[in-house]
Amino acid sequence: MLVLPMDSDDLWGQIFDFSNYGELLALLHNSVIAGALLGIVGGLIGVFVMARDMPFAVHGISELSFAGASAGLLLGIGVVPGSIAGSLLAALLIGALGSRARERNSITAVLMPFGLGLGILCLALYQGRSANKFGLLTGQIVAIDNPQIGTLATICVLVTIGLLVVWRPLLFASVDPQVAVARGVPARFLSVVFMLMLGLTIAVSVQIVGALLVLSLLVTPAAAALRVSSSPLLVPLLSVAFATVSTVGGILLALGSSIPISPYITTISFLIYLVCRLVARSRRRVRR
Amino acid sequence: MLSLRDASLAYGPRVLWSGLDLEIRPGEFVAVLGANGAGKSSLLKVVLGQVPLRAGTVRFLGQPVRGGDRRIGYVPQQTLADDAVPLRGRDLVALGLDGHRWGVPLRLRRRSEAVDALVASVHAEATERSPVGRLSGGEQQRLRVAQALAGDPRLLLFDEPLLSLDLAHQRIISDLVDESRRAHDLAVLFVTHDVNPVLAAVDRVLYFANGRVRVGTPDEVLRSDVLSALYGSPVDVIRSHGRVIVAGAPDSSHHPEGQDA
Repeated sequence: MLVLPMDSDDLWGQIFDFSNYGELLALLHNSVIAGALLGIVGGLIGVFVMARDMPFAVHGISELSFAGASAGLLLGIGVVPGSIAGSLLAALLIGALGSRARERNSITAVLMPFGLGLGILCLALYQGRSANKFGLLTGQIVAIDNPQIGTLATICVLVTIGLLVVWRPLLFASVDPQVAVARGVPARFLSVVFMLMLGLTIAVSVQIVGALLVLSLLVTPAAAALRVSSSPLLVPLLSVAFATVSTVGGILLALGSSIPISPYITTISFLIYLVCRLVARSRRRVRR
Repeated sequence: MLSLRDASLAYGPRVLWSGLDLEIRPGEFVAVLGANGAGKSSLLKVVLGQVPLRAGTVRFLGQPVRGGDRRIGYVPQQTLADDAVPLRGRDLVALGLDGHRWGVPLRLRRRSEAVDALVASVHAEATERSPVGRLSGGEQQRLRVAQALAGDPRLLLFDEPLLSLDLAHQRIISDLVDESRRAHDLAVLFVTHDVNPVLAAVDRVLYFANGRVRVGTPDEVLRSDVLSALYGSPVDVIRSHGRVIVAGAPDSSHHPEGQDA
């Protein structure tokens, strides 16, 4: 059989396909809602990930969340409980062993390949559908069913409420720990609470964008917001807006195509970051 | 208002200092001097209720000290040089006001007025809108004084606030501390490796050396015979053009450029 090179119409058709869009949207509107909720919580928690200098730890936790999800798949416990267990365990470990950034980086670097390896082992032993396997690394929201989406959405709402409750003291303890402790902020307690919330958020993100791409939701939007503002009010709002545009926009674009959702999300989020950098740069030039 | 009685501090078997008796009055400016590792910063941690004494008592406003007492303001040396910090100058001050409270800031107008007053009290209007990460060390310390003044403290603690500042800013921050304690009748405990920037403002000094402490006015303590007795070896205190230089202190090997008191 002769294999023809794919012509460009065909390629675009695979990436963007809006036929039957209305029907698809009705079918998958729960995914859109879950994406929006994830955007809100990811954008909010990203501000603290940046302020506490933890992007690398986020990546490490997401690999262990992947290991947990794979184990959940293999043992029949389910992907969501597995990934929540994996990421909470990793978050608490990294939180307990790495109070300083330097220690934290080395502990994360030790845990991360171990988690990935464990996840690959579980997937290799798993006999079921292989689409699920790939999805854990690169995202699969369209594939997951409604009860699971309900669980993910509930977690997003709970973490968002939790973040708003601890917002001020957590910010104080994150940016100015010495003075915060002197002023009676329970920094150690907040650090544990934060790691738990981070673990939960990562477990949800792994389901949607995949373990390898969690940073695009938990770091890129907040980093972009910090390029254009330093206001403690504006940075979280922008970060949430950027993350939500990325998730919802990504899901809407991906609906009709046969491609996973994650490239859409990561690309939108990256483009927003680029624009913010350019804005910051041109502003600086104007000031000079 | 702050009183230490026969206080001693030790980490494990190592005694940092002992036999400290100190009674600080409202409005009094006390400089804490001595070599690196002599336990100057640890004294502040004791007052903050973060490190317990080995023996003796420490009381603040008549009660044993406790952690997180908001009647104590604290200014550390550490600078916040980071682009990842979502704070402008005035937001740093605001954290001193209500950063310990749960939730998100509400009653924004009232909060903003309080921050305005604090910023004005340290003359930091020029930097209140700049990102904290882009402020110089001196600009940050000025805002930190305002942060420490939030919540009407009775006592201010400073831990090497002048380190890494140039001479002009050392002067500015020292004057600011002096001005603030007079305006609010605050007691000040000021840890520094160099007494000279604050010498004019200081009422008494606390000198740690050799596990012992001397307390008195600068003229009583910063003398060759007193410091020689404290160190147990000959030390020269040289006064020149209003500056005090301690030469020959046994730990001066840590400071190749010579040990300022």
